[in-house]
Amino acid sequence: MDETSAFQLILSGDPQLLAIVKLSLAVTLAATLIAGVLGLSLGACLALTQFPGRQGLVIALNALMGLPPVVVGLLVFLALSRSGPLGFLGLLFTPQAMIIAQTILITPIIAALSRQVIEDFWAEYKDEFTAMDVPGAMRVRALLWDARFSLVTILLAGFGRAAAEVGAVMIVGGNIEGFTRVMTTSIALETSKGDLPLAISLGIILIAIMFCVNALAWGVRQWSVRHAG
Amino acid sequence: MKAYALAIALGAFAFAASPAVAQQQSIVVASTTSTQDSGLFGHILPLFKTASGIDVKVVAQGTGQALETGRRGDADVVFVHAKPQEEKFVADGYGVKRFNVMYNDFVLIGPKSDPAKVRGGKDIIAALKSVQASAAPFVSRGDKSGTHSAELALWKAAGLDPASAKAPWYREIGQGMGAALNTSGAMGAYVLSDRATWLSFKNKDALELLVEGDARLFNQYGIILVNPARHPSVKVTAGQAFIDWIISKPGQDSINGYKINGAQLFFANADNAAR
Amino acid sequence: MQDKRTDKNAAPQPLLRLCNASLRYGVVDVLQDVCLEISAGGPVILMGPNGSGKTSLLKLMMGLAAPSSGDVDCARSQVSFVFQKSVMLRRSVAANVAFALQAAGLPANDKAVRAALDRVGLSHLAQRPARRLSGGEQQRLALARALSRNPAILFLDEPTASLDPAQTKAVEDIVQASAAMGVKIVMSTHDIGQARRLGSEVLFLAHGRLVERAPAASFFNKPESPEAQRFLAGELVISQEALS
Repeated sequence: MDETSAFQLILSGDPQLLAIVKLSLAVTLAATLIAGVLGLSLGACLALTQFPGRQGLVIALNALMGLPPVVVGLLVFLALSRSGPLGFLGLLFTPQAMIIAQTILITPIIAALSRQVIEDFWAEYKDEFTAMDVPGAMRVRALLWDARFSLVTILLAGFGRAAAEVGAVMIVGGNIEGFTRVMTTSIALETSKGDLPLAISLGIILIAIMFCVNALAWGVRQWSVRHAG
Repeated sequence: MKAYALAIALGAFAFAASPAVAQQQSIVVASTTSTQDSGLFGHILPLFKTASGIDVKVVAQGTGQALETGRRGDADVVFVHAKPQEEKFVADGYGVKRFNVMYNDFVLIGPKSDPAKVRGGKDIIAALKSVQASAAPFVSRGDKSGTHSAELALWKAAGLDPASAKAPWYREIGQGMGAALNTSGAMGAYVLSDRATWLSFKNKDALELLVEGDARLFNQYGIILVNPARHPSVKVTAGQAFIDWIISKPGQDSINGYKINGAQLFFANADNAAR
Repeated sequence: MQDKRTDKNAAPQPLLRLCNASLRYGVVDVLQDVCLEISAGGPVILMGPNGSGKTSLLKLMMGLAAPSSGDVDCARSQVSFVFQKSVMLRRSVAANVAFALQAAGLPANDKAVRAALDRVGLSHLAQRPARRLSGGEQQRLALARALSRNPAILFLDEPTASLDPAQTKAVEDIVQASAAMGVKIVMSTHDIGQARRLGSEVLFLAHGRLVERAPAASFFNKPESPEAQRFLAGELVISQEALS
């Protein structure tokens, strides 16, 4: 394939390439959604409650933001392997395994960053909410909603990290053609086949997709800032 | 809160959406980077799928890792190229039976400048000795793959042991064949490669095939069904169907029919193929 | 409830009682032995120099701070608070009011929201993001939120401190209208003119102690305590801590 081939493939709607792009987005979106729910809940919990060991948990969470993807991949691999504790699920080398790995990878990021944001919002809102007698569950909802722009940025950071990740999905997904092959593992594969031009154009497509996702989020944010403050 | 519930529902849906694919009949084959990177699977698997309706999911790893994947029960079939390791795999009870499938050969690749002056030689042992004598860089896979085992055996036959000696010109990179070729090209190093990966490799720039044709460079591929007695999850019927097909005449013909620029990459040699 | 508060003949039950209430932050005594009852009636103005403990007393009465010693007796569900700088939720003006109604367990329908906004003259800005309002409009929205709870007492902590005269007037009008509706106003201010315009009774604080309590007319004409005399004469009353 010559230098422009990846772009030609995408322009001509090459089904294989489109399937790879679709799978990448599906896996990463699913992971971001699940990690978003888990991470935001955990972040809100840590921001709004006091309990012994909380400080330690916050530090641990911050440290886990730097979790090496390969380690996550290896741990998920060992857990999901037929010889591992969750082997009976038969999830190794499936897209679900990749979702699990990416979820584990980005949940700490979302939790740690959202804890900080929600804590800052809480510091600002605390007196007002106490004066208004806002019940507990309503407080959490209001804080999450009012912090939504910052939280969306955090989700995007998680999405970006998951989408850019190759080590973990390679190990747990197996880079199986047409089944678990995503953008990043394709890039790694084409590089190892010495097809550097194809690898780099796949890379550019990945960057372009990330750019579009972020531009879209930015647009939505601009629109809603204008309409909701 | 509605958005919250929606997120959970969407995540769960996306998570559950893919098994539809997994449920159709499929097997996992742990194989080597050489068979995948050379494009062989891209050529033969569609033929098998047409013949049997079975999807083959290939996880391409080094031979050592592929056998480990089989030992853990994470693959139904292993398709690799390191006969002694394969025989041990079967002897240890992890595999049912080993079948010869095909062969190709290893070749010594090196920089066009050829500082060790090995170009055109037919004696791989002499070539390796020259490389050692010139102290020109040599890239080793270093990943317990079939090619890595073959390379170590050749050094041993030459009476040399640069890996243990930690010779500065001997560089283990712990990566696949393609990565080893990329690295060799970048540092002007010699490297042992299987012929199929070399022929399909696209970043040859500064590299050249220097030594080939030695009988000691023979590279045999074998296929083994993972033992269901150890791992009940192994899909015996479908896995055995793949093995039966690949050593049958249609399977063997399809291997022989795979060519890049007119050059045949693998030579089928299953024991019963003549039938 | 509304009837009960406007009924002038009923014996004035205290809405709020402080008994020997003290507040201490570390070694600093912010409030000392404050004894106080507040019953229905005209607006009570809390005055005193900076650092005399006005905000702390308000927070204590409101239940935003717990006394270090002594007792505070007040029904939390019947009070509202407007801060010097109110925090606007990051949503529309109407949604801010709806939130306050919901928090108070009241129906947050369009009608209730509109009524609350009409009361402070912000109906025309209902769909505007609250954070885009001017300072005066934000304080009026804070008043709408606070009043939507139908409080028996409304505490205000220097609600016009950073507003221009026109905005101040708008806030004062709302406060007066609320008082006329029977809401007990307890408000701190450093603005003597404002205290004269709004107050029916004055509590004067100095050095964390309640030094004088008097009807507004007599307090401004003839203050009894030396601190209040000097304060009204425009002298600087400096806290003991700062002197020592």
